[in-house]
Amino acid sequence: MSDPLDLTIAEARDALRAKKISAVELTDAYIKAVEAARPLNCYITETAEQARARAEASDKRIADGKAGAMEGIPLGIKDLFCTEGVLTTAGSHILDGFKPPYESTVTRNLFDAGAVMLGKLNLDEFAMGSANLTSHYGPVKNPWKRRDDDKDLVPGGSSGGSAAAVAARACLAATGTDTGGSIRQPAAFTGITGLKPTYGRCSRWGIVAFASSLDQAGPMTRTVRDAAIMLGAMAGFDPKDSTSVDRPVPDYEAALTGDIKGLKVGVPKEYRVDGMPASIDRLWQQGIDWLKQQGAEIVDVSLPHTKYALPAYYIVAPAEASSNLARYDGVRYGLRVEGESLNELYENTRGEGFGEEVKRRVLIGTYVLSAGYYDAYYLKAQKVRSRIAEDFRKAYEQVDVLLTPATPSAAFGIDEEPSDPVQMYLNDVFTVPANLAGLPGISVPAGMDDQGLPLGLQILGRAFDEETVLRAAHALESAAGFTGRPQFRAG
Amino acid sequence: MALDKETVAKVAHLARIKVPEDRLDSLAGELDGIVNWVEQLGEVDVEGVAPMTSAVETSLRWREDKVDDGGYPEKVTANAPDAQMNFYTTPKVVE
Repeated sequence: MSDPLDLTIAEARDALRAKKISAVELTDAYIKAVEAARPLNCYITETAEQARARAEASDKRIADGKAGAMEGIPLGIKDLFCTEGVLTTAGSHILDGFKPPYESTVTRNLFDAGAVMLGKLNLDEFAMGSANLTSHYGPVKNPWKRRDDDKDLVPGGSSGGSAAAVAARACLAATGTDTGGSIRQPAAFTGITGLKPTYGRCSRWGIVAFASSLDQAGPMTRTVRDAAIMLGAMAGFDPKDSTSVDRPVPDYEAALTGDIKGLKVGVPKEYRVDGMPASIDRLWQQGIDWLKQQGAEIVDVSLPHTKYALPAYYIVAPAEASSNLARYDGVRYGLRVEGESLNELYENTRGEGFGEEVKRRVLIGTYVLSAGYYDAYYLKAQKVRSRIAEDFRKAYEQVDVLLTPATPSAAFGIDEEPSDPVQMYLNDVFTVPANLAGLPGISVPAGMDDQGLPLGLQILGRAFDEETVLRAAHALESAAGFTGRPQFRAG
Repeated sequence: MALDKETVAKVAHLARIKVPEDRLDSLAGELDGIVNWVEQLGEVDVEGVAPMTSAVETSLRWREDKVDDGGYPEKVTANAPDAQMNFYTTPKVVE
C-alpha cells in the first residue's frame, strides 16, 4: 500500500472499509506528520491522545459495519471552531485559556460522521487577515517556496494553518471559514481545493463570530471529490443557528458526473483587473479553454458593481465585527487586565488582548456605526451590497456558473507584508463579492506562476447549487491535472 | 471627512479599547486611509435600492416560548477569569 499520507479522503475511506489500513494506523501516521510539520507553525494545539482514542472507536465502528461518511479520517480544525474541552483561541490573546463547554455544530457533525481531530489550526486573529500574519500565535509558513529562493512565504489567510497543513500532509483535510475569501484565497496560495458554501448551508453555531452576515464554514481538501464528501458531512439544518437553512443535504459526490456538456459558464469582464500578473491571465484563459473543450458554453457576462465589493465589505465586516467582539470584556472568559473601574477593566483588557488589525477593524466598525455616520456608511454599504447581489442574479439568468481567477497574485513573502492595510485587503478582490451575495464558490489548483508557485481558479454558483459548482470544479480539476507538490512535506 | 486624533480617541473610548497617547496619530492616519478608500461607494447610484439585510432569502422561524437549555451555572462561569460562587466579578460599579 502507498504512503498513507498521500491518500485522499475517498481513497482512505475505501482502504479503511476494505481493511487495508486501520483508522489507528492512519491516525498514527498523521500524528507523526503533525509533529514533523511543527516548523510551519500550522497547529496551535495538538490533540494526539484524543485523536488516537477516536481512531480506536472508528476501527470498532468499521468492524461493526457502522462506518460514517468521514469514518477514521484525520482532520485539522481551524481554531475558530469551539471544541468541547479543547483550547479554542481564534488566534487571539484575548481568549487565553478558553476551553469551550460545548461543541460547534460543524465539528459535532464531522465527529458524528466518524472524523478524527488531530488538533486546532492557526489562523489570522479572529479570522481578520489574508496572510496569517495577525495571529497571536505567530505567522504560519507556506510549505511552498519560489523556485531557487529560500524565502518563507505566507500561506494566505485567514485559514492559513488549515491550508498549510493540508498542503504539507499534516492533516488529510481541514475545516476553514470564509468571510471574505478566507477559505478560497489560502487554498489558492497552497495548491489545494477550498469550498465556501452558500450562506446558511453550514451552521455557524459554535464558530467564533467575525461578521455574522458573511461568515460561512467549508472544507479545505486535496481534491474536489474530497470537498464534496466533507461538505456533505458538515452541512445541514441547525435550529441553534437562526440563519441555518432547512433544506435537505444532497449527495454532493454523486454530482461529480464528469459531464459538463451544455453547461453555461460566465466570464465576468470586471475580474480582469489592472496589474494582474500575466501568468494569472493566461491561466484564466486556459481554464476557459479547458471547460470549452469539455462541451461547456462560454458566455461573456458583466458584474458592473464588482469594484465596489471590497469597499462595501470593509464597512459591513468591521461594523459586524465591532458588535460581535463587544463580548470580550475581561469578565466572562479569557484574558482579564485589571483596572480601577469597570470601564478601565474593559479598556485595559481589550487594549492588551486585541492585536493591531483587530483593533483597526473594531475602531472602523465603531466609527461607521456611530451616531451621524450610520446612514452615510453602513446603510449605504448595505444598499451597494444589494446592487452586487443583483449583478449576480442577472448573470445567473444567462449562465449556470462563473469562472474567475481565485486571487490577483500568488503567495508572497512573510517579509513582503504591505505597510498599507488597504493593499493587504486587495488580496480578496475576487473572493469578497460571493460573500456579500451569500453565494457558493470554490478555488481549485489549476497551474503555476513563473516562479513555480500554485495558482487557483474560482468557480462561483447559484445559491444552494453547490452540486453544479462541484461538477464544474471537478471538470476543471481533471483538465488541469495539477500534480505540483510543495517543497516541505510532513514526514 | 478626515479622521483626526481626537475622533480616534473618542471612537476608541466608545469601543472600550485603550489606545496609548503616542499611538493615536499613526492610528488616525491608518484609519483615515481606510475611510477615504471606502468613500468611493459615494459613486454608486443606490436610488430606490433597499439595503440588503439578509444574505439568504429566508424568514425567521418561530419556536415555542419556553426555556430549553440552562441550569448549569458552573459550566457557564467555568471560563471566567475571576468567578466566585457561580457569579462573575467586576470592579465596584455602585458607590
